[in-house]
Amino acid sequence: MSDGGDSLAFGSLALALLGGALRVSTPFLFVSLGECITEKSGRINLGLEGILVLGAMSGYGVSLASGSPWLGVLAAGLCGLVMGLLHGGLCSLAKVNDIAVGISLMLFGTGLAFFLGKPLIQPQAPMLPSLELGAWSDSAQLQSALRINVLLPLGLLLALLLHWGFRASRWGLALRLVGDNAAAARALGYPVVAIRIGATAAGGFLAGVGGAFLSLYYPGSWNEGLSSGQGLMAVALVIFARWNPLRCALAALLFGAAGALGPALQSQGITAGYYLFNAAPYVLTLALMAASWMPGRSLAGAPGELSLTQR
Amino acid sequence: MNAVRSLAAPFLPFSAAVLAAALLFALFLAAQGFPALEALELVVEGAYGSSFAWQNTLSRAAPLMLTALCVALPARAGLVIIGGEGALAVGALAAAVVPAACAGWPALPVHLLMAAAGFIAGGAWIALSAWLRHARGINETISSLLLAYIGIALFNFLVEGVLRDPASLNKPSTTPLAESFLIGAMPGMEVHWGLFWGVLICLVMGFVVRQTVFGFAVGVVGGNPRAAMMAGLPVGGLILAACFLGGGAAGLAGMLEVAAVHGSANAALLAGYGYAGILVSFAARHNPLGIIACAILVGGIGASGSLLQRRIDLPDAATLVLQGGLFVALLAFETLNRKGVRRV
Repeated sequence: MSDGGDSLAFGSLALALLGGALRVSTPFLFVSLGECITEKSGRINLGLEGILVLGAMSGYGVSLASGSPWLGVLAAGLCGLVMGLLHGGLCSLAKVNDIAVGISLMLFGTGLAFFLGKPLIQPQAPMLPSLELGAWSDSAQLQSALRINVLLPLGLLLALLLHWGFRASRWGLALRLVGDNAAAARALGYPVVAIRIGATAAGGFLAGVGGAFLSLYYPGSWNEGLSSGQGLMAVALVIFARWNPLRCALAALLFGAAGALGPALQSQGITAGYYLFNAAPYVLTLALMAASWMPGRSLAGAPGELSLTQR
Repeated sequence: MNAVRSLAAPFLPFSAAVLAAALLFALFLAAQGFPALEALELVVEGAYGSSFAWQNTLSRAAPLMLTALCVALPARAGLVIIGGEGALAVGALAAAVVPAACAGWPALPVHLLMAAAGFIAGGAWIALSAWLRHARGINETISSLLLAYIGIALFNFLVEGVLRDPASLNKPSTTPLAESFLIGAMPGMEVHWGLFWGVLICLVMGFVVRQTVFGFAVGVVGGNPRAAMMAGLPVGGLILAACFLGGGAAGLAGMLEVAAVHGSANAALLAGYGYAGILVSFAARHNPLGIIACAILVGGIGASGSLLQRRIDLPDAATLVLQGGLFVALLAFETLNRKGVRRV
């Protein structure tokens, strides 16, 4: 094969990867921003995986029944909100551990979604629209790579808003205080428990929206294998991003690229090792955690009350 | 009187949680127009109502006992491991490649080799999470689940790739075991020998945890790692050992699924035993003896699924809803427990 052929193949692989990264990163973005809010309050919600799956199912179901994918997104968010409230409420009881509750909600949420989603496997629901950012180009590959979903810019806006909000707004400061030092927050008269429940509910809402993206845009259908750990990887992603929403957005793109590797190679006709390439995001997550998590040192930027980072 | 009370103390929140989960499940079904009371009766009937139901329940309880140990033993050392499904997958894979090299051997050494291969592979898989935790400080809950996904990907890659039996057309599998290598039923029942091994290993682990120096040392590490270090205990080694034993148990569950249930390694054996084992261990408060009973409870819920589907047309995920609801209720009722329990 000539050099020209190689570079052409590489170019189209890179484009497929870019397009894939823009698609696959969106659920990571929403779930990680949600988890970022929750963890800033000093709690961790491992149940986001269950919320993601439940959001995907409810978003698809409502979109199918109402004909409006946006109502589906809203329903998915509300489902996540309820699950977040449940998590936040349970963790506020004495002797109840947030990690254990997260695991239980992970199992409960997926079970609920599989049960209620049984009739949704066949029919085709209306999908979310896309934005044709590549319309100026006459390359079909570039057009397809830059055909982004409407939720991505919304998520990026949200990241900017949160970045500003955590630093400058009244509620952002209260949230961080509660997450860094509950005793101090209580002394200043902030309702610690209520703020934590609210932060977990908000995180659940965003995770539900991320789930709706899975079923209403890409892959764009409801089935039981829809999510495999994106919700959980988002938890690791937030730590890697050091609880900074803008870095969450960058990390989500990186994770998206890793997740797009398998399908992109497959679209180029490379099918050997399909399962191994699909494991790339998990390997990447582990590697990034190993790189960013130093023994014996506390993590820069970690909320002080977070059980996850305490040893 | 006090002794009776302290023995009965954990059962009160437990029974309350089981009742609450059943009630919520019934309400959930009634809200969708399913016959709720009949469903609850069918769960009991499908789990324990006949000798066939008992066989089904016990066959499911066997791997659950072993995957629950994969949560319970690390929990004694203070680690929350939820990646048992991955240890089961790699254990099954390791066990499935052994018989090909042993054609014509008697069954016993082959089974021992398969068990050793499954145990070591599963143990190493979970020990990796423990090592990442100890050496790099990485949260073991997340890393173990990521490793589970990696293990399952490896399983699918090999079963559909180099280890695939060309004769398995629609359902990619490894080469089926020779008839003589299959593990059969225990005398007088239709349940395979895996149940015996599951109960025995839970009993042994219960003894190890409570009666041996090793078990005590692991408990000290779980209770207060800093104090354990000050006392000169090899904290890292104890954490690794507890996780290796736990992962090994889950790997053994994979080996038994290959040798006693499926006859080869294929995707059907990844039926979620690793995840249900998390519930079993938490319900048993990470007590190996309690795991035996809780595995029969959770295995029974799983066994009732087909009856629920046949009689009142419930989706098969109904058992997952009930299990998940039970898990949530158990944790919620933990708050009623007056005695402080370790917060793992």
